[in-house]
Amino acid sequence: MPQSGLLVENRIFDPAETLSRPDLAALQLARLRDLVERVAHVHFYRDHFTLHDITRRSIRTLDDLRRLPFTTKDDLRRHQPLGFLAVPRKDLARIHGSSGTTGRPTFVAYTPDDLRIWSGLCARFLVAGGLKPEHTVQIAFGYGLFTGGFGLHYGVELVGAAIIPAASGNTRRQLDIIHDLQPEVLICTPSYALTIADAARDAGLDPRALSLRYGHFGGEPWTEDMRREIEEQLDILAFNNYGLSEVIGPGVSGECAARNGMHLQEDHFLVECIDPETLAPVAEGESGELVITTLTRQAMPMIRYRTRDIARIYREPCPCGRNTLRMSRVAGRSDDMLIIRGVNVFPSQIEEALLRVDGTTPHYLIEVSRPGTLDQVTVKVEIRPESFSDRMDRMQALRERIAREIHTVAGIRAEVELVEPRSIERFAGKAKRVMDKRGLTEA
Amino acid sequence: MKLQQLSLFLENRPGRLGAPLEAIAAEGINLMTLSLADTAQFGILRLIVREWERAKQVLEHAGWVVNLTEVVAVDVPDRPGGLAEVLRVLESAGLNIEYMYAFSLRRGDKAILIFRFEDPDPAIDVLKTAGLHIVDAEELFSHFP
Repeated sequence: MPQSGLLVENRIFDPAETLSRPDLAALQLARLRDLVERVAHVHFYRDHFTLHDITRRSIRTLDDLRRLPFTTKDDLRRHQPLGFLAVPRKDLARIHGSSGTTGRPTFVAYTPDDLRIWSGLCARFLVAGGLKPEHTVQIAFGYGLFTGGFGLHYGVELVGAAIIPAASGNTRRQLDIIHDLQPEVLICTPSYALTIADAARDAGLDPRALSLRYGHFGGEPWTEDMRREIEEQLDILAFNNYGLSEVIGPGVSGECAARNGMHLQEDHFLVECIDPETLAPVAEGESGELVITTLTRQAMPMIRYRTRDIARIYREPCPCGRNTLRMSRVAGRSDDMLIIRGVNVFPSQIEEALLRVDGTTPHYLIEVSRPGTLDQVTVKVEIRPESFSDRMDRMQALRERIAREIHTVAGIRAEVELVEPRSIERFAGKAKRVMDKRGLTEA
Repeated sequence: MKLQQLSLFLENRPGRLGAPLEAIAAEGINLMTLSLADTAQFGILRLIVREWERAKQVLEHAGWVVNLTEVVAVDVPDRPGGLAEVLRVLESAGLNIEYMYAFSLRRGDKAILIFRFEDPDPAIDVLKTAGLHIVDAEELFSHFP
């Protein structure tokens, strides 16, 4: 029987999760000092350290973190591929990637130890959210460069539960597998959970009567309303987790049985919350951009990585016994990145695709909606005299070519709408590039 | 021998077809004929007008994307089989028609066929050799007051 305030039995996978604050701080400081030494192999950091005379000994307290430079996605891009490696290439065990702005992924690398730690981080939040070794887990995340599939896969394996690596897509087949193999746990994006519920109803099944009891959802922003919807429709408990491939993948934080914010895995990550304009820390509990330093990553350590994710961080005690800071749901982005069906998309990628087709960038508008349970992207493109033809076959070919380039560059299927010149609204001479009608963040 | 055809890009929603037609009507420009190719989302309006230069200017000034294409007009007797005969000629010459449309004249018993070819000149030769009558702009518009 769960304790009061807890939704499931309170279990802790790793004793490190309940370190006292002083012990945790001591561990973090030791790891931070090691980190400063380890990243000296990375040009980007070494140059900064030399310039500012930073060595292991300059780090006396955790506050000295603020003397270290930020790392941005642009920095990663400029040093692709693998310019941030802190170990010899031969020591790598795996390479994942996240979407880049020009169609080339930003690669992230792992040593065997990185993979072991990553699995452990995923195991922590899975166990906190009810996963037991006797369970069967259906993973409906993409297995590939995307970190979601493999990250969760090895986390579940570490807990000792059985895995159905269903991967993403083919909803009807997902449903058949659930029906046949009776998994208790579903892992996917929150919107895909609703798609599965829809598919069940379409197949004449009651989604509440499916075997599922728990869901671990991440990879895209969602709201408490969506959680209620998922729980109501599938009759499960839905847990939120957070991570990003640049620092490791899923496993940076996750909810516990109290389900009041996500516990940051502070023995492996130092997390700051800053004002994205001034770069100064925000007051505790205030909204800001998360900045993450990886304390234990070997292959590709990140110092003060600017996630661009906006959230709150707070430290009230949690009934689950973990002493870590917790973070709120991600409430938005401090850049223009969109997450479409779990795929990170930047408007600049759409622009790049249009440039490839046309040789110049026409005015365009990216409309994102969620008519049912899945994201739909419509790219409206103003027709230009140079690209207009009196022949319908040429116009259709133009549309298809734009859609194909968008798929190549951004990895998403978009509906392309050709529209009349000057039909997209300009604001002070500038066109608005994105209209997101999904309402994914709480007002 | 060729006619200048104006083509406009239009979104497929209420009111979009009327707007450009009103714009040229306001300039006193009379339409000889038009054709519309459409999809669920957009359409291409093709116009034949006598004063195509002025019409193009008016439409472009009002913000439309206008494209100028040379098309070939052939007149045939307005009776069953009139079009089929022309198509046979083009087919046996292996000429591909990008698109075509037709209209009949108010006076007389002629129908006018408008053809869009990738390359109009060889098509004109083929049509002429087959004894068909190509209608040029002057002749076509002489039917109008």
